[in-house]
Amino acid sequence: MGSITLQQVRKSFGDVEVIPGVDLEINDGEFVVFVGPSGCGKSTLLRLIAGLEDVTSGRVVIDGQDMTQAPPSRRKLAMVFQSYALYPHMSVRKNIAFPLKMAGMAADEQERRVQHAAGILNLTDYLDRRPGQLSGGQRQRVAIGRAIVREPSAFLFDEPLSNLDAALRVNMRVEISELHKKLATTMVYVTHDQVEAMTMADKIVVLRAGRVEQVGSPLELYRSPANRFVAGFIGSPNMNFIEGEAAAAMGAHAIGVRPEHFAMSTTGGQFAGTVGVAEHLGSDTFLHIELDGGIPIVARAAGEFPVGHGDRIWLTPQDGRVYRFDQQGLAL
Amino acid sequence: MATRHQKTLARLMVAPSVLLLLGWMIVPLAMTLWFSFQSYNLLSPGMEQFIGWTNYKYFLSDPAFWTAMRNTLLLVGGVLVITVGGGILLALLLDQPMFGQGIVRILVIAPFFIMPTVSALVWKNMFMNPVNGLFAWIAKAIGAQPIDFLAQYPLLSVVLIVAWQWLPFATLILLTALQSLDSEQMEAAEMDGAGAFAKFTHLILPHLSRAITVVILIETIFLLSVFAEILVTTNGGPGYASTNLTYLVYSQALLQYDVGGASAGGIVAVILANIVAVFLMRMIGKTLE
Amino acid sequence: MARKISDTRRWGFTILAWGVALLIFFPILWTILTSFKSEADAIASPPKFLFFDWTTENYAEVQSRSPYFRHFLNSVIISVGSTLLGLLIAIPAAWSMAFQPAKRTKDLLMWMLSTKMMPAAGVLIPMYLLFRNWGLLDTRFGITVVLMLINLPIITWMLYTYFREIPSEILEAARMDGASLKNEILHVLTPMAVPGIASTLLLNVILAWNEAFWTLNLTTSQAAPLTTFIASYSSPEGLFYAKLSAASTMAIAPILILGWFSQKQLVRGLTFGAVK
Repeated sequence: MGSITLQQVRKSFGDVEVIPGVDLEINDGEFVVFVGPSGCGKSTLLRLIAGLEDVTSGRVVIDGQDMTQAPPSRRKLAMVFQSYALYPHMSVRKNIAFPLKMAGMAADEQERRVQHAAGILNLTDYLDRRPGQLSGGQRQRVAIGRAIVREPSAFLFDEPLSNLDAALRVNMRVEISELHKKLATTMVYVTHDQVEAMTMADKIVVLRAGRVEQVGSPLELYRSPANRFVAGFIGSPNMNFIEGEAAAAMGAHAIGVRPEHFAMSTTGGQFAGTVGVAEHLGSDTFLHIELDGGIPIVARAAGEFPVGHGDRIWLTPQDGRVYRFDQQGLAL
Repeated sequence: MATRHQKTLARLMVAPSVLLLLGWMIVPLAMTLWFSFQSYNLLSPGMEQFIGWTNYKYFLSDPAFWTAMRNTLLLVGGVLVITVGGGILLALLLDQPMFGQGIVRILVIAPFFIMPTVSALVWKNMFMNPVNGLFAWIAKAIGAQPIDFLAQYPLLSVVLIVAWQWLPFATLILLTALQSLDSEQMEAAEMDGAGAFAKFTHLILPHLSRAITVVILIETIFLLSVFAEILVTTNGGPGYASTNLTYLVYSQALLQYDVGGASAGGIVAVILANIVAVFLMRMIGKTLE
Repeated sequence: MARKISDTRRWGFTILAWGVALLIFFPILWTILTSFKSEADAIASPPKFLFFDWTTENYAEVQSRSPYFRHFLNSVIISVGSTLLGLLIAIPAAWSMAFQPAKRTKDLLMWMLSTKMMPAAGVLIPMYLLFRNWGLLDTRFGITVVLMLINLPIITWMLYTYFREIPSEILEAARMDGASLKNEILHVLTPMAVPGIASTLLLNVILAWNEAFWTLNLTTSQAAPLTTFIASYSSPEGLFYAKLSAASTMAIAPILILGWFSQKQLVRGLTFGAVK
């Protein structure tokens, strides 16, 4: 069981208000990702749930129990830190067993659980090593092992993949997703990488300056962003925004079109421009285009699209894929 | 970042050391300040009275004070020049490829661990003694007149002894700093055609400047308070020839029992040290950023 | 760097460096050698370097004629005692300053350091008078407390720089893993802090052992450590080079060995982390 409810949670450090008041419902078994640019308060929100920070006001309810004042050790949550925070003086075995030892579990049961976790995480051969002797990916696994052995009601992940190289990151992403399927335990995951959010989450919480901008499934956010910030943050490459006449013609302050939602032609279309850089990846072609009004646009064509630097090109947004925003950036 | 409960605990844990140091700093200093305005001699107890700035006037107009001032500056300056200059040369030497580097380091650092009274006695008797000292023997061996170092050059002798004790400190710190110099930077300089001297003035010296400043400031703090070496070798003499400020305060208070006058001297010493301290604190403060 | 260094260069530096190192070390070497000579050999002219009748009678004599062992014991008690007492007070302070830094933590640390810069001459008189009035002159307790106080800022600073290198995420991980404050300190913090505490202890024992202002001024006989005892040899009747050397060798040997062990930590300890 691992439902988490935040009710009007506020946090300020001195005079600086970091979280102005958040209401959030996390259901049991859900994979929830907090995403946002650095400094948006996503890590602070996670630490408030963990109990590593005091809330200034509001309530943190875990499994129906008010845990606002409870110390971290009593919240039955496990956390994986960005730096992994392994105990350098303990072997992998002792690291994983540490929470069990703190819970006063019998030694043989500790060993059984450590073996089980090590099996799941491919760590069996490394149990007697020290963290300093492991690679980044292995350390990451130990940190996860330490979290899963105690069978917490929820896992908290604080940017766990940001210290890994790109290839390893993709692997670990898949492994964590699989782990979630296997354990079916609530996971709260903080990242600044929208790709991680889109690929892993059941529910994404987009944060900006401590405020929740939008909550929804990855495709809900992709299809119907509530505002310009969410529209620009979700999706890669970022959504293109066009202001001025073209937008006014559609009754909006600004319009947004994703790179993948342009039809491209070398003969004619709605917007005319010149190709700056063409990135031919084979599977996709990304074109960096300057529209005749001077507006920079990134467009994606599936497969090969034979244009190069300086070529003229015409873009036409697909029907129903044009987002309109008002002066305040809210979706119309 | 922490919870409220932890913050209270944190304050409680800092409190004992803060209170102790506060007491240690304020109580004696306040008493010294108080005594410095009193006529107070241990030989005539019960005669204490407030005499305003008189102690300061006497102390500052006493030629012994100015001699002590001069000696203090010469002592600090002399030792600094020897240890920093020698320290840079030694550090450069020890940084070169050689056999038995570890042992060489151990030998060079050794004098720093010798207690001041021992090194003062050893130098005074076994080296500088005009009859039985090694220096006297060397002088005789080359047909020169042995020098009575402590009688003829008392201050210089003290400077040499103290410099011998502090040279390892400077060497060790400068060597540590030297070893943190990026070797790619040196290689880049070589590619740019820099010779050994150019590398020293344009790369090594600027890199060492921070360590040199630290050495100067920390040594100054300790050197202002040199005491044991003077007490053991010359007792500040002949006359006041090797008396520094610290020793003057000591002799005024505990040998002449003039608490008031000595206190005025102590306050002067505090003011001097504070001027140095301000610079040192700025330096160290930067490392906290 | 995989550049080959010519053998001649290497030998040149080796000879030069060994020469300089032996010159610097010579007074200590000479003291140790002299301690094994007879008094006559000790002042022989020309001096005898290695070819003399080696004897250990000076050591026997220093120990039998003077209460050498008591002074040695005083040195141990005062230096170790003041350091342990200092650690007891400084560990909680450094711990909380490193892990729960408040706005004024930096100022507080700087202020602590500034007390170290107060010249001893400025507070000698009141300390002497207070000690006299309280009956603390020439007591181990009194001098131990004073040495603890003068080294407290250094101890706090050293511990602080060591503790600060322990990532706070690890302590938070322990908290998340269900460790109480007691267990957090016992199982996580202490094992990680022990190396730093050990080098702090070592360096401060060395500093306290060699402290020669307060020990000379506040102790005379009963509580006198080796610094004061050795200084008593400066009087003319104490001028026996071989015995002086034996007493000196015994006074410096333990600390010289400790010092060699701690030379790596020495730099950061004495520069308050400004040079590493």
